[in-house]
Amino acid sequence: MSASSNATPILQLRDTRVAYGAIEAVRGISLELAPGELVSLIGANGAGKTTTLNAIAGTLGTVGGQILYQGQPIDKLPAHKRLRQGLALVPEGRGIFTRLTVEENLRMGAYCRRDDDAVDADMERIFGMLPRVKERLQQVAGTLSGGEQQMVAIGRALLSRPRLLLLDEPSMGLAPLVVEKIFEVIASVAAEGVTVLLVEQNANLALEFSSRAYVMESGAITLSGSGADLLADPKVRAAYLGE
Amino acid sequence: MNELANAIPWLGKRNPAAARWVVIALALAAPLIAMFFGKTWVRILDFALLYVMLAIGLNLVVGFAGLLDLGYIAFYAVGAYTFAFLASPHFELHLPFWLVLPLGAVFAALAGIILGLPTLRLRGDYLAIVTLGFGEIVRIFLNNLNHPVNITNGPQGINMIDPLVLFGWDISRPIRIGEEITINSLFLYYYVFLAFVVLSIILVQRLQISRVGRAWAAIRDDELAAKAIGINTRNMKLLAFSLGATFGGVAGGLFAAFQGFVSPESFSLMESIAVLTMVVFGGMGNLAGVVVGALVLTALPEILRHVAVPVQQAVFNQVLLDPEVLRMLLLSLAMIFMMLLRPAGLIPAHSRYSRPELVVGVGEAGK
Repeated sequence: MSASSNATPILQLRDTRVAYGAIEAVRGISLELAPGELVSLIGANGAGKTTTLNAIAGTLGTVGGQILYQGQPIDKLPAHKRLRQGLALVPEGRGIFTRLTVEENLRMGAYCRRDDDAVDADMERIFGMLPRVKERLQQVAGTLSGGEQQMVAIGRALLSRPRLLLLDEPSMGLAPLVVEKIFEVIASVAAEGVTVLLVEQNANLALEFSSRAYVMESGAITLSGSGADLLADPKVRAAYLGE
Repeated sequence: MNELANAIPWLGKRNPAAARWVVIALALAAPLIAMFFGKTWVRILDFALLYVMLAIGLNLVVGFAGLLDLGYIAFYAVGAYTFAFLASPHFELHLPFWLVLPLGAVFAALAGIILGLPTLRLRGDYLAIVTLGFGEIVRIFLNNLNHPVNITNGPQGINMIDPLVLFGWDISRPIRIGEEITINSLFLYYYVFLAFVVLSIILVQRLQISRVGRAWAAIRDDELAAKAIGINTRNMKLLAFSLGATFGGVAGGLFAAFQGFVSPESFSLMESIAVLTMVVFGGMGNLAGVVVGALVLTALPEILRHVAVPVQQAVFNQVLLDPEVLRMLLLSLAMIFMMLLRPAGLIPAHSRYSRPELVVGVGEAGK
């Protein structure tokens, strides 16, 4: 079931619990990502996917269990320190800095880096991946289309040179053709060796693109397996693919 | 300053260098021009500069970091009362101003952190309510801390505060040159305040394009995303509150020394609102805009007051509308017209922090 490699998992959740006040939104989930994997976490609205992702990124605190990053517990680390260790989040709804230009948004991603020359090189590399973004460098980010904003958000996260990229519903509110493009970008990011954990409602595409996936339901993981297996699973097809 | 020069209609765009000189000349000659209309106007200019400092400080919090603060005047009060406590007959203390003023700034910064800590999770309306309450609490304390132990002297305020003494030279005394010419202390205060304002502008300009300025811009636009790119949002917000408060504290100290007298009524909610109006009116987040906003909104009500009172007397034989009422009326009118005509303020903020003309060196190289 889990990753085939013997290396320490880059991310490991052990019975992690997250609560909003008295309400437990994530009720003890365990999952594992091997370095270089593209894994997705799918499930219905309110299943606790975003909560899980925010807990991993550190913008939400956990109430139980453990989160291990490269074998080290990071539960107590604040979000900004997790980023410095290579754990980047593209938040739900993109989280673009709407009043800054596209270029400034991207450079914000390198906020914690001091190696300006390498940042410039990374910018060029990212333009190669996101040509549309390059055309709009001087535009105010708030005026971009949803798809372009998502590209900027991903580009910004990449500029922090993450080892693990957490993507929260990158397809949200986008036209199908644009969603396809975004997924291609995500696949190319993964191809460069960045581990990706993808939270999606668009189960079809997510399963198609990822090597493995976990299915979440009311705060718990109910199924897991390879993308192809889950795509073929009648239960999944019934619940998430509308068959 | 370049930004200010550029904002001058026509000239600013065509001949920035000349516009810059116009700004400098105006800043230096302003009190001389004002003197033609009477000493009161020089006094008004002095106050205008204090408001400019306040507006610059509040702009740091509201315009840069996006934290709506309706109790900003409390920091002005902290600075003013610190000065009053440490340099007046009230406690029989007469410490030198170069010690008292920084102390006032430090206390104001601490007050900023005290306000910032419990409000870290609040934004928008909720933050506004809490800060409003904070401002009122400070004022009410000042009003009532004369009993059982007299600390603030209550509503009577503190009198006979020491004037600014620079290098053994008391600037509240007019300078006499020969028999004929005397330079009024109002002028001297003007230039001292001007120096503080210029220093503040330089500091804040540097701050805006620094890592701190960028972090604030990120927090203002999206706090979660700011966290996600590795910004320590807690520290950055506290820094915004305390640095903003520092400017308020310094302005407060200068105010106390200038006025020679402080009382709680100078630090009412309406003053906080007035400063916020200056920031919003001038252009939230834009330094030049904020400076112009403060100058315009301090001067206009005064002009109106000097026109309105005689006019009312001539027409109705009595003063029907109190000048203070007129001031609030004018501020509201200014806001309404601004929202209709220039919703982003007189000089709107740029969407970017990395303005090439602000980046050190580039402006020089462009000449």
